Amino acid sequence: MTALLKAENLEVAFGGVKAADGVNLSIDEGEFVAIIGPNGSGKTTFLNLCTGYVRPVSGEVWLDGKPITAMAPRRIARKGIARAFQIPQLFTEHTVIENVMLALAAHRGIWQAFAPLDRPDYRAEAMALLDLLKLADHANAMAGALPEGLRKLADVTVAMALKPRLLLLDEPTSGVSALERFPLMDTLMTAMRAQGVTALFVEHDMEIVETYADRVVVWDSGSVMAEGKPSEVMKDPRVLKSVVGA
Amino acid sequence: MRALPLILAAGLALLALAPLAAPYLQFVLTVAVAKGFAALGVALLLRAGLISLGHAMFFAVGAYAAAFLAQAVGINDFLLLLPFAVAVSALAGLLVGAFLVRYRAIFFAMLNLAVSMVAYALASKLYSITGGTDGLRIDVPTLMGMSLEKAQFDQALYYISLVLLAVVGWLVHRYLKSPLGQALAAVHTNEVRLEYLGVSAWSTLLAAYTISAALAGIGGAIAAVAIGHVLPEYAFWTESGHLVLTAVLGGIAGIAGPFVGSIFLELIHTVAVGYAAEAWNLIVGVALLAVIFFLPRGLFGLIESAAGVKDHRGETEL
Amino acid sequence: MLQTLIPLFVDALANAALIFFVAVGLTLVFSVLRILNVAHGSLYSIGAYVAASVGLWIVAAGLPAWLTFPALVLSAAFTALLFGPVIERTLIRWTYGKSEAVQVLVTFGLFLILEDLQRMVFGVQSIYADTPMALLGISEIGGIVYLNYQLALIGLAVAVLIGLRLFIRRSRTGKLLAAVVADREVSQAMGIDTNKMFMIAFTLGVLLAALGGAMATPTTGVAPGLGADTMVLAFAVAAIGGLGQVEGAAVASVIVAVAKVLAIYYAPALDAVAPYLVMLAVLLVRPYGLFGAGATRRI
Repeated sequence: MTALLKAENLEVAFGGVKAADGVNLSIDEGEFVAIIGPNGSGKTTFLNLCTGYVRPVSGEVWLDGKPITAMAPRRIARKGIARAFQIPQLFTEHTVIENVMLALAAHRGIWQAFAPLDRPDYRAEAMALLDLLKLADHANAMAGALPEGLRKLADVTVAMALKPRLLLLDEPTSGVSALERFPLMDTLMTAMRAQGVTALFVEHDMEIVETYADRVVVWDSGSVMAEGKPSEVMKDPRVLKSVVGA
Repeated sequence: MRALPLILAAGLALLALAPLAAPYLQFVLTVAVAKGFAALGVALLLRAGLISLGHAMFFAVGAYAAAFLAQAVGINDFLLLLPFAVAVSALAGLLVGAFLVRYRAIFFAMLNLAVSMVAYALASKLYSITGGTDGLRIDVPTLMGMSLEKAQFDQALYYISLVLLAVVGWLVHRYLKSPLGQALAAVHTNEVRLEYLGVSAWSTLLAAYTISAALAGIGGAIAAVAIGHVLPEYAFWTESGHLVLTAVLGGIAGIAGPFVGSIFLELIHTVAVGYAAEAWNLIVGVALLAVIFFLPRGLFGLIESAAGVKDHRGETEL
Repeated sequence: MLQTLIPLFVDALANAALIFFVAVGLTLVFSVLRILNVAHGSLYSIGAYVAASVGLWIVAAGLPAWLTFPALVLSAAFTALLFGPVIERTLIRWTYGKSEAVQVLVTFGLFLILEDLQRMVFGVQSIYADTPMALLGISEIGGIVYLNYQLALIGLAVAVLIGLRLFIRRSRTGKLLAAVVADREVSQAMGIDTNKMFMIAFTLGVLLAALGGAMATPTTGVAPGLGADTMVLAFAVAAIGGLGQVEGAAVASVIVAVAKVLAIYYAPALDAVAPYLVMLAVLLVRPYGLFGAGATRRI
């Protein structure tokens, strides 16, 4: 079986600092993989490399066995990798449901110049997604006016509207209060299982990782230091030292 | 909300009746509608947050294309001049846009300015094609093969312009509500997200740029036959500035705004010429500042408020 | 060949000097305020009108003719102090933090107002005040005749370039300006009075524009429409050099002036187009100009 996503020997540097120093990683269909690691270890850079926002100096990325290295973000998006951002990226002057409908339209082809964006079938589909992510009550709120936690959910909804094969989530629970983290993750997991999405998420909270990830990948100085089941990896003294600081 | 279509229809009816009450207004309003088309083109780009300081060139391209076809080629029927002028300006928009829509903010404004100044200088220098600084004259065109007196043609032209205003306005309205049109505003608010949706900001903008050039071309063709004379000054950068001004004065949120701005300016101009011809730019400048400071949604925003429109979601603020 | 080319190039450099004054003013204002002032060209032509009027008055009043030299510089300073602080305090300050579209439109409104004010105050006639040029005379080197005034212009431009460099690098105010350019927020947090810096930079920009206009009057005179023509040329030069780059403006003004000369010599039809063709060519290859650097967005 080919891996859904496979990265091989990715290297990139910013001003002498190696943000990716020979990254090797593969993700199988249906997996839910967490990335952990200290700040500046290159976790977000890896997401940027997978989505074409940053081009690697060397190395390859494959989706379904086909190379997608250094393709433009929009081409990679069309091939089935969607992304939710650490700082939510929304169309702030559109409503939440319009954001989702725009993503639905983008998925079906944006070149529709006469049919309205706001049409019954898009609205129904967008509403169903918002329902799944518990945002239905905020469908008609301006995206820019939502509180941070809801903006993050809206950001994920927009990404899911693209019906991706692989969803990359950059710190889905950052900026969310400790009490809301688990309910938020429960909502996300339910939604992703319902849509059959494979996911890779960057996370700081170890409890979240242990609760929700099938597999955890530990990042350090631009490369993978360890990987495996959360319960096993967490026992590795090197991991404890690097990530937990113990 | 329901009041708005009624107001728009009433406005159009008023435009149609105005020349019956005051015949001298017909020419003024024809030119106003022509410039309104170009200002609408500028307004489309403003929705994407892009300010073009060179759009008068597409107005000029439309005008010159019409004049060239009529005089040099000798095909002088308005119903052929118009589509030809629109096609040529749309093509020019597509070619220029392909290079320029990669740029944003002040660089976009300045590159448009540079291209339009090249167009302006070429129009002044290429004597054999453009007639140099003398420009080109257009005789009164025929209409579907019918030869008309100047007065009859001008009247027909005015009503054709109004029909175009209604039809093209409706089409542009549909475009702005469509996914492609909504993506235009999305370029402005979050280009990164748009690209991550798999949408190319470049092609979204290029579509808008081409449409905006075609709109300017419609205006140029109408103005060319209405005035009967095409000059390089049509493409000068201050004309482009006036188009942006017209759009903002009227309001860029809807279709009607740029036309309201254009008609308002031309009417005031007609009045001001008698009393304060030397202070015309001054008046317009002060009016522009007043609108920017006090009426960010333009004159049409006033009309909308009067009609009880309060829902401004999905609109681009300047 | 050389006999004809050298005077042409001196001519070009003298032109470059005049373009440099306006363009560097535009670019300086942009680097500090991050605003492209569309009315900048009008301040050039106002400087020209004031200088020409003062020059003519000095001659008409029978005052010593040499007074026309200091009068050029003083006219520019007068224009700068009259318009700089007032415009920055009112219109420009209101646009800080607003979109580029608003900034361009507000300064375009100002441009329209200033254009008509000039017509009202100075009329629509062309004005020539060439006393300074006549006074300096000509010199002949190696069989080639030069206008001394043009040589003086080139010298003044070099002096202004060096002076600006020294001002920004050495003086206290200059260093504060440089800090605001480098990082506005941090400068503010460190207690730099950014509002004062904006006013200084804007007034300095007006001074440079007005100086360009004043220095141009003896050679070209001044007529309505000068502001609009100068504006686009200054845009082109500032963009070629890279918006906000002082040295860039200097290099770009020479490039543009030389391109114009070459056009006059080899393709006369293209002389007016030359600056814009250069601008297009440069910006298509380097969107932020020869000396500029773009910013990347973090996500």
